[in-house]
Amino acid sequence: MLYNGVIIRMVVPLLEVRNLQRFFPIRRGLLRRVVGQVRAVDDISFQINKGETLSLVGESGCGKTTTARCILRALKPTAGEVLFQTAAGDVVDTAGLPKAALAPFRHQMQMIFQDPFSSLNPRMTVFDIIAEPLLASGVRSRGQRRQRVERLLELVRLRPEFMQRYPHAFSGGQRQRIGIARALALNPSLIVADEPVSALDVSVQAQILNLMLELQDELGLTYLFVAHDLSVVKHISDRVAVMYVGKIVEIAETDRLFKAPKHPYTEALLSAVPKPDPRLRSERIVLQGEVADPAHPPGGCYFHPRCAHAIERCRTETPALEEVQPGHQVACHRARELTLKGVGARR
Amino acid sequence: MSKAKPRAAGGDSLRSELEEPLLTTAAEERVSVATQWQLMWWRFRRHRLAMISGAVIIAFYLVAAFADFLAYADPHKTEAFRSLIAPQPIHFFDEGRFSPHVFALIGKRDPRTFKRVYEPDPTRKVPLRFFAEGYQYKFLGLFKTNRHFIGVEGGNAEELIFLLGTDQLGRDLWSRMMVACRLSLLIGLAGVTLSLVLGVLLGGISGLYGGAIDTLIQRVIEILRSIPTIPLWMGLAAAMPRDWGVVQVYFAITVILSLIGWTDLARVVRGRFLALREEDFVLAAELAGVGQMRIILRHMAPSFLSHIIAATTLALPNMIISETALSFLGLGLRPPAVSWGVLLQDAQNIQTVALSPWLLSAAIPVVIVILAFNFLGDGLRDAADPYG
Repeated sequence: MLYNGVIIRMVVPLLEVRNLQRFFPIRRGLLRRVVGQVRAVDDISFQINKGETLSLVGESGCGKTTTARCILRALKPTAGEVLFQTAAGDVVDTAGLPKAALAPFRHQMQMIFQDPFSSLNPRMTVFDIIAEPLLASGVRSRGQRRQRVERLLELVRLRPEFMQRYPHAFSGGQRQRIGIARALALNPSLIVADEPVSALDVSVQAQILNLMLELQDELGLTYLFVAHDLSVVKHISDRVAVMYVGKIVEIAETDRLFKAPKHPYTEALLSAVPKPDPRLRSERIVLQGEVADPAHPPGGCYFHPRCAHAIERCRTETPALEEVQPGHQVACHRARELTLKGVGARR
Repeated sequence: MSKAKPRAAGGDSLRSELEEPLLTTAAEERVSVATQWQLMWWRFRRHRLAMISGAVIIAFYLVAAFADFLAYADPHKTEAFRSLIAPQPIHFFDEGRFSPHVFALIGKRDPRTFKRVYEPDPTRKVPLRFFAEGYQYKFLGLFKTNRHFIGVEGGNAEELIFLLGTDQLGRDLWSRMMVACRLSLLIGLAGVTLSLVLGVLLGGISGLYGGAIDTLIQRVIEILRSIPTIPLWMGLAAAMPRDWGVVQVYFAITVILSLIGWTDLARVVRGRFLALREEDFVLAAELAGVGQMRIILRHMAPSFLSHIIAATTLALPNMIISETALSFLGLGLRPPAVSWGVLLQDAQNIQTVALSPWLLSAAIPVVIVILAFNFLGDGLRDAADPYG
């Protein structure tokens, strides 16, 4: 933008999600009439800067995966904007574009899947799996594809000789590396990782997380990291967003969120993180009741039926996501008055 | 940008080394690079019953291909003087030497019942010859020949050997059964091919597009399946003009049989499409910008092709048994066409079954083929998903 004759490069986040909604209709009867909506993702907004890692955490069914898939346009959002800065520097709204218009920059966002078994086609060799995005983007020469696949396999620390094998010859961790290599094939700027380590053994989890960190440094990647395990999130993310029943309830820098959570739900999640020291008696906050049904959410704050700190206002009025400190947003009426317990203070 | 993030425990080196090579033996390495079809073949080979059944089915189709060569008498030639002859035993040794022969028959009339009876005459031995001359036919439809697998030397085989006896019109049953293989086995193949085309097409559309088209196709399938098959076939077969030739009736019957047959295959294909559409590797391909057609051909089709082959193999015996049933009821193929069902038509009343049970022998190949196809289909189904 031109300002007083000086070109000022505006800092545009790589990805900005504004008021994203995704509802799934509930259909019943012979005529498949719509009788209700599951509000899987209900009006969420956040942004991710270039080179940053944002983690999206929450219980299963809270809409994390739906959010991830809406951003990649594997699902069409019901409403809202997904503003993505392309490699050319333009900002496009991937939520609103028709699928055909999406093609030119679709390869700039790629996905790492949760299940390393179902995400690799068992009937294709490792070479064919990793080379497929290259083929789709028009790399016709087999020699070039071969070189690129070799390079990618080295990047994820796998031996290029493994190229001719089929996925069934690999372990879960190795398969996940193959999946990462495939995601990197087209030099994406944003990687959406949908619980990339939750299907792996703990020892392998650490290897894959370290690999992801190394790749971020080497290639300047930006991650949206979906997880349900806070201990995993802590190592990899710059900022964390906590979701509950389709809404973001708290978003803050990782350290701040862990040390000083402002939302009772975040506090409860943190209290469930296993502590490595057996002498520490954990004071686990066990939430009462069930997760709210996203088809029939309770009135007011969705969390109030399970919240120990709920007051009358929580039952009637839905809290908005407000900034309580710079970079720390919370959706709770009592965010400013409550003192909640975090973890990791002794670090 | 440089960030100092704590590394997770376990990754102590700054830059992790290349993965260790997998320690594999030659046999494991062979499995690692084996294609889907190799894995399926290895698994199928372990299913002994299916392997045997496969061989039996190949043998049957060979019989169908070389039917005229294996027959020794013209299957259409009638002769009143040879009606309802009982099967003739073959004697393999003659005075200690291998020399297959049968005894000649003497036709007499029973003085009390006036029925023709045939008695073997042990003094007149008819030696059997291999690759003997007989009636003329076209070998594989290519060139004319008169060589047959068995025959008699210098005589007319039609007048002398009756391995499975004859029917009411004096036609040799063995020769007719050989020739019947052709129509009965081919109608299965033709019917299944037609069902396959219909099933894959409609099932594919149903599974791929979903929505209203899917609902429509599924309801049509449900309606078709709710109609009792035998009355439906009877109605359709009765509607066929009487003056149609053998070939026309044959094709009409094929169409009628596949009218119901496609619904099963369509359901299998639809189910596979619905399941595969949700697979992560399909989503990954979509995100990589792979075209729809390539996703279907490269990612989806290979995963359900094996299931379709298994489903097809299991559909074949249904076709064969339906043809047999229709023809037996006189609604399918009609003489002069020769199929197993047409042959069994002669055994429709209790009198013939009691007095000339050999007329029922056409049921034996039906049972063997149906069982073999079922075992083969089971084996294929087990092998179909080598990653399951």
